[in-house]
Amino acid sequence: MINDLKDFSNPKKYNSLPSIKDQDIDVLKNMLSTMLLIRKTEQQLALGRKDGLIGGPVHLGVGQEAIAVGISLNLKKTDRVFGAHRSHSHLLALNPDIYKLFAEVLGKKTGFSKGMGGSMHLFDQSNGFFGSTPIVAGTVPLAVGAAMASKMQNLKDIAVSYIGDGSVEEGVVHESFNLAKVSKAPVLFVIENNLFASHMHISLRQPSDMISRFAVANHIPYKLLDGNDVISIAQNSKEIIDSIRNDKEPAILEVVTYRWYGHVDWREDIDVGVSRSIEDIKNWKARDPIQRLSKSMINSKIWTKDEENELINKIDMKIKNDWEKAMSDPYPSKESILNFVYSED
Amino acid sequence: MKTKKYDYGTAILSAFEYLLKNYKETFVIGQGLWSPWYVGNSMTDLDKKFGKNRVIDTPVSESATTGAAVGASLTGMKPIVVHPRMDFMLYAMDAIVNQAAKWSHMFGGQAHPGVTIRGIINRGGEQGAQHSQALHAWFAHVPGLRVVMPSTVADARDLLIASVLCKDPVIYIDDRWLYEQEADLAPIKEINLKIQKPQITLEGKDLTIIASGYSSFLVRNASAKLKNLNIYPEIIDVRILNPLNIESIVKSVKKTKKFLVVDPGWISSGFSAELIAKVVENLDINCLKCPPARIALPDAPAPTSRVLEKEYYTSEEDIISATKNLVKE
Repeated sequence: MINDLKDFSNPKKYNSLPSIKDQDIDVLKNMLSTMLLIRKTEQQLALGRKDGLIGGPVHLGVGQEAIAVGISLNLKKTDRVFGAHRSHSHLLALNPDIYKLFAEVLGKKTGFSKGMGGSMHLFDQSNGFFGSTPIVAGTVPLAVGAAMASKMQNLKDIAVSYIGDGSVEEGVVHESFNLAKVSKAPVLFVIENNLFASHMHISLRQPSDMISRFAVANHIPYKLLDGNDVISIAQNSKEIIDSIRNDKEPAILEVVTYRWYGHVDWREDIDVGVSRSIEDIKNWKARDPIQRLSKSMINSKIWTKDEENELINKIDMKIKNDWEKAMSDPYPSKESILNFVYSED
Repeated sequence: MKTKKYDYGTAILSAFEYLLKNYKETFVIGQGLWSPWYVGNSMTDLDKKFGKNRVIDTPVSESATTGAAVGASLTGMKPIVVHPRMDFMLYAMDAIVNQAAKWSHMFGGQAHPGVTIRGIINRGGEQGAQHSQALHAWFAHVPGLRVVMPSTVADARDLLIASVLCKDPVIYIDDRWLYEQEADLAPIKEINLKIQKPQITLEGKDLTIIASGYSSFLVRNASAKLKNLNIYPEIIDVRILNPLNIESIVKSVKKTKKFLVVDPGWISSGFSAELIAKVVENLDINCLKCPPARIALPDAPAPTSRVLEKEYYTSEEDIISATKNLVKE
């Protein structure tokens, strides 16, 4: 494999503190707080799964929080976001209602998908989250169609398709890039390149580790960024999203990151993964998007360790309360099995 | 009421025109739509009348195109995807089976992909195994999909309109061997797809013949010859294969006490089996004077040479001979 990503895929590089010069302090605090909320929520899901309280698989994105948080700052509630199997962060960055996420993952009626979806099928259309489903690349053409529709409807809404590095090994992604380009669909493809598809390292799956090469092939404008730098993602995605909205053209944003857990559930998967070692995980944890932002804010004296501890306590308390509430919620009725197959009216 | 003459193809064309004219959220997407010679006379000049933004010719990408229509439907549009040959539609199975069919259920009924996917059965003419398949049974197997197979000129028009106006994903399957039928149709009146049922196209007493799509056409033609033999079948056109309403079929079988199923697909694990199973589950088996019979395609891919094609496809004679055997018993 050719290492076209160069230092982007090296955990020992790109680990400096992001520059927060000229940034709005409230926005910074908000990004830090949302990233922490998503991190701790997913850690709670890891525990719930380990303890056997969650029945189905959870695909956790701990370590990747900066991507959805940075991008969602630039999205509107009327935009059309589609996710995949690892999409808790994509949804929570649009609507941080962790109670509804807990309820859904626990299969409760009060969840985002009324307890019919679980972790892998999430829905919150009123906040712009059209749906996430776990067939790799399955929602990619749907996002293209939602973008084509926006143009037909004379709207300025865009579609967002979150995919991973593994998705480009599915043919439909290439059809979708091509269709998006020739139909000038206002869609942003976000490629979260975490170097792994399930247990397989990208070096064993593709001739290059840089997914943006397919942007070049389709004449789609793209940016390649450090996926663990929320400031850079927020700034760059603003530029890209503005141009998609105005020019009605697709774009690709490739963000290089790493997931701390294995493909599914709470384990680190160092035993099943090829090229996945304790050492790598340790190094990538040092490139943690949350710690990098927090340290940068503390260095600039706009944030303190005490404030951070206070925030963490608040989040922990919220997680505890919401989890307990969701645990005691009812399951969907037995009639739901047949009632939701077709529309009712 | 004033009627107008249509054939099966122009009836479909008039449905497209009606939808594009009256529903601004309708658009059509598929291959060959700017030079639609693949689809007979059923889409002629739609792009010129309604614009290339609403009648969209696409790259050779069944999967992305169908997925895009599903995605557009989630934003309030009413897209119609056209697959001029159903065989190519297999590239789009994820969008149809994993996404569209499941969307409502997996999200607790909060959203419905109101997409219509038109797949055309286009067999014969020595086109062989990959330009010929009637795969209605596959789609009818999937909960969440509505599967529509119009066999008459009126249904070709009215069920297409009903499919597009329905909130659920619909697989609309027409058959190029039906295109030459003609009929006088009354002006369009919208009907609700959800309450459409199998239709008795001919009342009779000697046995019930149940069929779909092109098989229904064959059965209707055979009935004239059967009449000369003093055999009076009751003919039922299934029309809506999924969800299947079995009531009127069971009622008819209870009356005639014998039944034959004719299906345009393969015999094993096909739609004929489903019809027989649902009928016998819903009546006292002792009321039947003889076991049910069925005619469907042999368990082999479609051959190419015309001699083999003639052998392979069901003919009116096959239906007449099976009917005679049943009536004898």
